[in-house]
Amino acid sequence: MHPGLPGALWVPAAAAFGLILLPVVGLVVRTPWPRFVELVTSESAVAALGLSLRTAAVSTLLCVLFGGPLAVVLARGAVPGMRLVRAVVLLPLVLPPVVGGLALLYLLGRNGFAGQALDLVFGVRVPYTTAAVVLAQTFVAMPFLVVSLEGALRTGGERYETVAATLGAAPWTVFRRITVPLVLPGLGSGVVLAFARCLGEFGATIAFAGSLQGVTRTLPLEVYLLREVDVDGAIALSLVLVAVAVVVIAVARPRGAASGSGLR
Amino acid sequence: MSPGLHAEVAVHYGGFDLDVSVQVAPGEVLAVLGRNGSGKSTLLAAIAGLLRPDAGRITLQARMLTDTAARVQVPPHRRRIGLLAQQPLLFPHLSVLDNVAFGPRAAGTGRRAARAVALRHLAEVDATQFASRRPGQLSGGQAQRIALARALAAGPDLLLLDEPLSAVDVELAPALRALLRTVLAERLTVLVTHQVLDALVLADRVLVLDEGRVVEQGPTLQVLTRPRSAFAARLAGLNLVPGTATVAGVRTADGVEIVGVGGGPAPGTPAVAVFSPSDVAVHPRPPHASPRNVLASTVAGLEPQGTVIRVWSEAGIAADITAAAVSDLALHPGAQVWLVVKATEVAVHALPDQARDPAPRRMRPAPDHLAEAAVEPNFRR
Repeated sequence: MHPGLPGALWVPAAAAFGLILLPVVGLVVRTPWPRFVELVTSESAVAALGLSLRTAAVSTLLCVLFGGPLAVVLARGAVPGMRLVRAVVLLPLVLPPVVGGLALLYLLGRNGFAGQALDLVFGVRVPYTTAAVVLAQTFVAMPFLVVSLEGALRTGGERYETVAATLGAAPWTVFRRITVPLVLPGLGSGVVLAFARCLGEFGATIAFAGSLQGVTRTLPLEVYLLREVDVDGAIALSLVLVAVAVVVIAVARPRGAASGSGLR
Repeated sequence: MSPGLHAEVAVHYGGFDLDVSVQVAPGEVLAVLGRNGSGKSTLLAAIAGLLRPDAGRITLQARMLTDTAARVQVPPHRRRIGLLAQQPLLFPHLSVLDNVAFGPRAAGTGRRAARAVALRHLAEVDATQFASRRPGQLSGGQAQRIALARALAAGPDLLLLDEPLSAVDVELAPALRALLRTVLAERLTVLVTHQVLDALVLADRVLVLDEGRVVEQGPTLQVLTRPRSAFAARLAGLNLVPGTATVAGVRTADGVEIVGVGGGPAPGTPAVAVFSPSDVAVHPRPPHASPRNVLASTVAGLEPQGTVIRVWSEAGIAADITAAAVSDLALHPGAQVWLVVKATEVAVHALPDQARDPAPRRMRPAPDHLAEAAVEPNFRR
């Protein structure tokens, strides 16, 4: 038995829990159930959901391909200034997403220095395209993957990698056969978190990619626009996002626990 | 450059200085003895290539591994140096067989051939029955056995053992020590330990490290039974009586038999009786109890050791007794005494082949460091 909990803690704890749960209950109660299927299968809703799933999947993949190596470098690289790099990586986590979107716009937009160069050299314009949606999502979701993966790498420690090296394994072999398999549980929860963040992205997307149906209008944007003209539709689509979030938590939680015990 | 291991290593960080020179001949097992913080692990890390020394040269089988002057630093995976640490560190995601096959696989051997090599080495450590298990299903002693097989399967030119028995259960350690003894025979090895017993059973030569400096080195028995430095004497801390194994114990070159317990090396082979000074009783007259080991000798010196007085006898056996007992018995250098130790307190261990030990000799006199030291104990402490 626990030695005893101060009774006074229960009240604010219950209030905090209620603040999280009750709005979702409100959403469920207000949902127009008879029209639910019709609302979530409308042309614009299906387009938004499809776009959201596709872009979130691509963004998550980009997070793994680029954020994964970044996490390994942060956890294992012995280079001065690593603390500064880590602080910069966390920036999208604390920055308002709309500011991140504006920052992307002024880098890759028509007036941005990289945007001008891309336009001149390749004739490529990034803003207000599906690619912009993917970039915005990758920008905001990257820290989730990097942070959880770096944590898993640090918990696992370097000891197994050292042993592998003394057994004659070159760095790439060690990475492939030891580092990656041992960190897979940590990578799993990082991927789920990053995917969820991509799916919910709103601010950076609307600032950098706009809201063109079928091109850049993801599910959160669709909900926001629908709210003005069709409240029932907005609520029904919101519930879809809630359902996805619940699935994400159900998938991510047990993996997170396994990563802790698996690596000790 | 000659074969074997030649390492001159200097490492400085914080207030710590390590500056040692180590030579190990082909087929030789060198034990590096020292307390925590003496620099043992730093030395191993430098040899393994996990740490770049501030200055030094390391060659192994005539290959240059480290030369700070020429900016040579061969990475760990190209050194052909195996490492067995305190923890087995078996890769948790691979089966036992694939753990042992890891070294051959990393060297480019095909999967089937690597597994065949792995099975051979599992047989060498008597662990083939665990081949399909996961590391999580093994006891600590079994895991360390398999870690040894894994290190051997990589075919290293040099094996580094870092306190390999310190994390193994006490009741399992003797079996693993015996296994190491078999496996390490004729294998170039550096064993780091703070356990005298490990050095005694496994090593041909001992190097004693204190605060980053070599304070003593030489053949194992010579260093452990006749320590020239006070430091090594304190580190050794055990009575070691070498001789030939008998059915019941060990017979010394003088013909005295010391009866003990233990696995029992084959009679006629080199062996050593090991017992603690605190288990030795000192009598002014011959005692009557028959099943005990009784040795007549004279007092060579008295030395305060913490709360007790260590009595050194001419027979080379030390006894720890209280200051009060020393004055009751009127002990002084030259006094006749009978030393008694119960057979149950005496462990008998097989010794490595003593051909390398230059001087098979009579039982040792008191350690040389006492000859110069004042032998009058301080009774007021």
